[in-house]
Amino acid sequence: MNNPLVENYFRVDKLPHIWCPGCGHGIIMSAIARAIEKSGLDKDKVCIVSGIGCSSRAPGYMDFNTLHTTHGRALAFATGVKLANPELEVIVIAGDGDLSAIGGNHLIHAARRNINLTTICFNNNIYGMTGGQYSPTTATGDKGTTAPYGNIDRPFDITQLAAGAGATYAAKATVYHVNQLQKYIEAAIGHKGFSMVEAVSVCPTYYGRKNKKGSAVDMMNWLKDSFVDMKIAEKMPEKAVGKFVMGEYVNKVEPEYTELYDQVIERLKG
Amino acid sequence: MSKVIKFLQGNEACVEGALMAGMRFYSGYPITPSTEIAELSSEKLPKVGGKFIQMEDEIAGIAAAIGASLTGKKAMTATSGPGFSLKQENIGYAAIAEIPLVVVNVQRGGPSTGLPTSPGQGDVMQAKWGTHGDHPVICLTPDSVKETFDLTIRAFNLAEKYRTPVILLTDEITGHMREKIEIPEVSELEIYDRVMPEKGADYKAYRLDEGDLVPKMAPFGSGFRYHVTGLMHDETGFPSNSTENADVLIKRLMGKIEANKEDIITYEAYETDDAEYLILSYGGTARTAKAAVKKLRAEGIKVGLFRLITVWPFPEEQVRALSEQVKDILVAELNFGQIKLEVERVVKGNANVRLCGKANGEILTPEELMKAFKEVL
Repeated sequence: MNNPLVENYFRVDKLPHIWCPGCGHGIIMSAIARAIEKSGLDKDKVCIVSGIGCSSRAPGYMDFNTLHTTHGRALAFATGVKLANPELEVIVIAGDGDLSAIGGNHLIHAARRNINLTTICFNNNIYGMTGGQYSPTTATGDKGTTAPYGNIDRPFDITQLAAGAGATYAAKATVYHVNQLQKYIEAAIGHKGFSMVEAVSVCPTYYGRKNKKGSAVDMMNWLKDSFVDMKIAEKMPEKAVGKFVMGEYVNKVEPEYTELYDQVIERLKG
Repeated sequence: MSKVIKFLQGNEACVEGALMAGMRFYSGYPITPSTEIAELSSEKLPKVGGKFIQMEDEIAGIAAAIGASLTGKKAMTATSGPGFSLKQENIGYAAIAEIPLVVVNVQRGGPSTGLPTSPGQGDVMQAKWGTHGDHPVICLTPDSVKETFDLTIRAFNLAEKYRTPVILLTDEITGHMREKIEIPEVSELEIYDRVMPEKGADYKAYRLDEGDLVPKMAPFGSGFRYHVTGLMHDETGFPSNSTENADVLIKRLMGKIEANKEDIITYEAYETDDAEYLILSYGGTARTAKAAVKKLRAEGIKVGLFRLITVWPFPEEQVRALSEQVKDILVAELNFGQIKLEVERVVKGNANVRLCGKANGEILTPEELMKAFKEVL
């Protein structure tokens, strides 16, 4: 394998990964690696934390300090890592169920604290690891193995959820729009404070098959056609009708948690 | 050096001990009757460059402590029964991933919200079996403010030495009781720090050096990049489904505690040399038991006290040896016989085993215990 990105940032002996053919997660994982490379981070000082689910297997393949935790708790573990050693660049990888269902409490509180963690949500709108149950981001009416008659729940917009809870950087892109996705991940890594990038992924095996979305390529084309950039949506609202809006929802500077804590320590010395 | 004498609550002594042991991170969630541990940690930790954080829930409280421990900091979280239940999944995580950690449970009356401001000892079996799956457990229980100080230090030492979560099981009696204690100099104490790999060493996170049962632990950020997971894993830390590998790992996790029982187990045997009868107790209730033993001795009855200091692993051999000497063992505890069952299992019918227990939020009095004891005479 003569790909310098793979050789530099992945544990080559642990590949291939476990994801199904056509899964969008590999695209997000490589976008993260490229964003880390572009950001010029020292591999020894990067810590990647995940919870449980398909996406949460990503850190195992990545050559950093990697922590695969319990379901939903990645942000809580990551908060401990970051506060104990603020020198580390801590990136959290979490699926939609992991982050917004079982881990929803940790998401809103990490955002509220504005602790300098970069969260990448691999949102495939389904619980893939357990075989296709509906998640908090499954669209109303869509099917899952636990929604055989169509989902009656209303879905979360995870980006807006994080923004509403106080995230100082929140952006959304898809695995089709990978350059944009990588750009947002880079911005999130560079951002001081709680940042979240929602990476809309595809799950052809469970979500696609259950909802007759066609092949993996069909699902990628669906992403291409269904998402519109925020700048275009603002200038030409007619182009955004019935579509999802991607872009930077929030990008602002506010005091960061670990710096505030260090200020307390300094003050007590005086 | 002049002696430092303080008049402290057990919960305060726990924090004093933790700081002396090297605690530099505390994360938790407020719960009665443990809250003073969080309050005092929030005041003292930033003064020594440490970190305190009040998390959004009990689960996050232990999760953040595990994360901090991975960066090389000594970390603690404290709770009571309901919170202890919520922390169980991540106690198992710390056990399989071998993360040093101290979890304090100041027991109150249960089940559920139960009796938040009253003592109980209903969590001894939860301390052993609360998390799912087979896993090693070290659990210590103090009977005084001074012993809370000492055992908190010991809990950190054992956690670091054996790379495992250690449960300090106190109760509302010892947690809120005030006693005079002498605080030693750090130099007088034995403080154990986890063994780390040397810089530049060929390191695998879970590889054992020959003859060792505990792998060296590199802090995140120190140049050794490795994987940590709650899945069964190989020596690199990477998940493995191999049943052969799982067998080796789970047996080593259990074995590292089993093989070091002599180092881990401590107890107090009081007036047991010539004892014909035994009272077995632990924690705050052992104070009642000792008072009862003294009074019964004054009446000429040959009774002794065996006090658990290490609850888990259970001092099987010591209790079994005593069971060959005495006719009757009365177990005094604030529950309906959790340790009594363990004693019955261990003594294998050598002695009669009885219970003096209650779980209504009251402590046992020496008179109650003496009355229960005398039923055997």
